[in-house]
Amino acid sequence: MTTQLKELTKGLWEQNPIFVIALGLCPTLAVTTSVRNAIGMGVSTIFVLVLSNVLISAVRTIVPDKIRIPCYIVIIAFLVTVVDLVLAAYFPDISKAIGLFIKLIVVNCIILGRAEAFAAKNNPWRSMLDGIGMGIGFLIALLMVSGIREVLGANKLFGYVVFPGWRPIGVMVLAPGAFLTLGLLLGWKRLSELKH
Amino acid sequence: MTITTLLLVLLSAVFVNNFVFAKFLGTCPYLGCSKDTSSATGMGLAVIFVMTMTSAVCWAVYHFFLYPSTANVLYLVFGSAQAAAADSAYIKTHFDLTFLSTLSFILVIAALVQFVEMVIQKVSPALYSALGIYLPLITTNCAVLAVAILNIDGMMLHGTQLGYGHSGSLLFALMNGFGGGVGFTVALLLMSGIRERLDLGDVPRPLRGMPIAFITAGLLAISFMGFLGLVK
Repeated sequence: MTTQLKELTKGLWEQNPIFVIALGLCPTLAVTTSVRNAIGMGVSTIFVLVLSNVLISAVRTIVPDKIRIPCYIVIIAFLVTVVDLVLAAYFPDISKAIGLFIKLIVVNCIILGRAEAFAAKNNPWRSMLDGIGMGIGFLIALLMVSGIREVLGANKLFGYVVFPGWRPIGVMVLAPGAFLTLGLLLGWKRLSELKH
Repeated sequence: MTITTLLLVLLSAVFVNNFVFAKFLGTCPYLGCSKDTSSATGMGLAVIFVMTMTSAVCWAVYHFFLYPSTANVLYLVFGSAQAAAADSAYIKTHFDLTFLSTLSFILVIAALVQFVEMVIQKVSPALYSALGIYLPLITTNCAVLAVAILNIDGMMLHGTQLGYGHSGSLLFALMNGFGGGVGFTVALLLMSGIRERLDLGDVPRPLRGMPIAFITAGLLAISFMGFLGLVK
């Protein structure tokens, strides 16, 4: 039981896909202009990651070794198309803001990386736990970056004003702010590890 | 479509809508392959090549197989012209496969990269030794899949002026793909030059490696914001 719990919790912080393994950086930078977009992206990624881990782990003994990557990509692309169409139907505003990056979950290194590094070697149950943990870790990273950027750059959180009368730093919601925020967060994570 | 429009598309893809700094596409290879100038050059050339090819091939796949029009191959083979003449929505309801675009594009890109690798290996061993190790990495470069998707959206956005079936749409796709690749290479070369010097600098310990690379990219992105408004 403890090892199973570890599969779930390792992705949250110790092996956080963004801060430690540095995978899947493009969506982290692009969709974190507001917390709402970040949640949309995070939840979509969790859905794809969990289901792709389970499906890939279920077919891992059937698929020949040589063509495994194309097979994984087809499974992932199928799941991404499902998410893309569901978002477009029920959350058109989120889909309009981050639609391109939802489609690009297909080439998100986190998904293929977990498929290759974990799901191809473990049973579906463990792969599901790994997918949930890694997905939530990704969501946590997205929430941190988007929270900082939305408060500093637009003086808002979920669309509500945070500090009345304060003039926000516009550059933080633009492209450079994303790089600066993520760079400083990575440095902060590194700093806390160096102290131990 | 005039030469001016084409040049504007190219210029805006290279500078104004730079794939790395304005659209955050291809960030992983951008940070992974910018440690020294020679690998940055190799990666950049490989990306330009693959992005231009992808734009052309994905345009053809979308145009002839997925998009419901009279040029759709599936309609020409399986459809009936009488039904199309009787019901104006016939082609659209029976042959609209655009929902498959993401899936088919990624398969096309993966196959294309593999094919290009084999051809280069056979035809020019010198070029292969320069680009060889970068080509397989490109399949998972999100800038390549993105350019195929953005080409479609771009043609939709331009509506009547650049709509589907317009002869200019292929040229637009090619320019966008080539320009995007060049923009990626410019960003990669700038970054590798800076990072080679950064190695000699005295960077605070927690910021060494990735974090300082991100902060550098942020400062570069600020300077690239100067190109905003260059192309309307």
